[in-house]
Amino acid sequence: MSLLEVNGISKAFGGIHALDGCSLAVEQGSITGLIGPNGSGKTTLFNVITGYERPDAGTVTLRGTDVTNASPSTIFGLGLGRTFQIVRIFSRLTVMENMHIAVQRRGVRSLLRRWTAPDERAHAQELLDFVGISHLTDAPAENLSYGQKKLLEFAMILIAEPRLVLLDEPAGGVNPTLAAQLTDRIKTLNQRGITFLIVEHNMQFVMSLCDKVAVMHRGSLLTEGTPDQVRGNPAVLEAYLGD
Amino acid sequence: MKRSLNPRLVKIVWPLLLLVAAILFPLVFPNPALDNIAVLTLMYAAMATAWNIFSGYTGYNSLGHSTFFGFGAYVIALISVDKGLEGGFSLFLLVPVAGVVAALAAIPIGWITLRTRGHAFVVITLITVFIFQLLAFNLRGFTNGSIGLFLPAPGFGVDWFLLPYYYIQLAILVLALLTSLYIRSSRYGLWLLAIRDDEDRAEGLGVRTGTSKLIAFVISAFFVGMVGAMYAYFIGSIYPQYVFDPALTITIVLMAFLGGVGTLAGPILGAIILETAQQYFSIYAPTGLYQIFLGALFLIVILLMPQGIVPSLARLWTAWRVRRGAGGTPVAPERQPVAVEKG
Repeated sequence: MSLLEVNGISKAFGGIHALDGCSLAVEQGSITGLIGPNGSGKTTLFNVITGYERPDAGTVTLRGTDVTNASPSTIFGLGLGRTFQIVRIFSRLTVMENMHIAVQRRGVRSLLRRWTAPDERAHAQELLDFVGISHLTDAPAENLSYGQKKLLEFAMILIAEPRLVLLDEPAGGVNPTLAAQLTDRIKTLNQRGITFLIVEHNMQFVMSLCDKVAVMHRGSLLTEGTPDQVRGNPAVLEAYLGD
Repeated sequence: MKRSLNPRLVKIVWPLLLLVAAILFPLVFPNPALDNIAVLTLMYAAMATAWNIFSGYTGYNSLGHSTFFGFGAYVIALISVDKGLEGGFSLFLLVPVAGVVAALAAIPIGWITLRTRGHAFVVITLITVFIFQLLAFNLRGFTNGSIGLFLPAPGFGVDWFLLPYYYIQLAILVLALLTSLYIRSSRYGLWLLAIRDDEDRAEGLGVRTGTSKLIAFVISAFFVGMVGAMYAYFIGSIYPQYVFDPALTITIVLMAFLGGVGTLAGPILGAIILETAQQYFSIYAPTGLYQIFLGALFLIVILLMPQGIVPSLARLWTAWRVRRGAGGTPVAPERQPVAVEKG
């Protein structure tokens, strides 16, 4: 059984079929890349998987549990975190405050606990250190550069200790040094047991990171395989360059 | 550390000094006209603080808080009339009861109104005020309609009758402030602020948005309900149009905006400025001038410091300290984002 199974998902917006019977499986422990030309339905698929959009047909199964119509909050609670193509953080809060939103601890007592407690801060600080923005702890999040915001969004999800992380264009708009650093961090986390599904246009980033690549075209899966297999597949090139 | 004061100590000392000043105020200035204004100011400050707990933190601008003020006022009036209670200190025991009833009323009201967002929420909360005002007018057998209700006379001594109202109202304000402070420093408070910034994103990070909003709404209503009861007992009579009064919430909201929404000191500062100004104008200026003053003041605030007085001053203060080289909020070093070629 795969960690995440997407089965025959369809989603139409008016007359446009963003997803048309799309199926995809993400294996436990993998770093799976999801590529495809603009408008092939990658972000819509992410939205359906994470509960932001309801599909017209098909099912999404996470660790054997059907989560097809579950709310974003429920899906996140099951250990699936995501970042957005256009970064979404809480801009009027500080970096440290942002870090405490997604802490997954049940119970009223944890909610009423002061997030300023030393152990709470220390744990968040560790993760900020891990992604490399610990020098910005008390800065308002809106003052961060775009790349730094992306790193913050990533760290915010990690605090919830997810099993599967969906990254939507993590290297988009990020300078090459930061992108390289991100690659390194993703690999470290993967060794610690976190599975990744990554949408990315930067081919170098995808090829160096992913052990499996799935290609989407016109709302469904065109092909999948190792980076080398996908690179050598003429159908993929055709999808990108058009008929 | 000897030369400069410990900033944490300063943080504790300042509010305590202000509290002592507030406690001494009616004793130092035993002028009834002045203390009358002081009691009303404390009421507005408590309501603006309570409003801020919900609207300031979550970003849902409620114009419906008069509803809870009216509930509080009618609860204390109806119970004291129905039971034929006498005035005196014991009637203050009904104030928390009024708060609880207002909080209970806030559960269904919040449950319905919180299905909307943004401007729709503003409008629908304002409508609730009119609905309850109409009910108070028309359920004559229960509320006595437009004739109103009269509370028992307090029977306090002439030279100190304001003091009980003053100190109990001060206690309610302090309680509201401590609640607000506690929420702000808890993870629950961060949830509310996250809802303000991006509710859908918060939902996607496991924030129980619906329940969180409703609880803040209920806490907020509890304090406003208590103030409503205090007001009814203070004034002695209540009428539907004066307790379910849309102008009241608008005043509270303006106070919070003037001082600084989402801050602790902002709503209080706004209440002190506006209530004093209102009283001053009603005594010394021709009718209607206050509205012009209010309009002018808000133009100035919106144009020069749209976040309100407290955040704007805080920003100036930080800028001044940074210029003096004393350090301040760290600013992110700007890294130039490089566009990565797509395709």
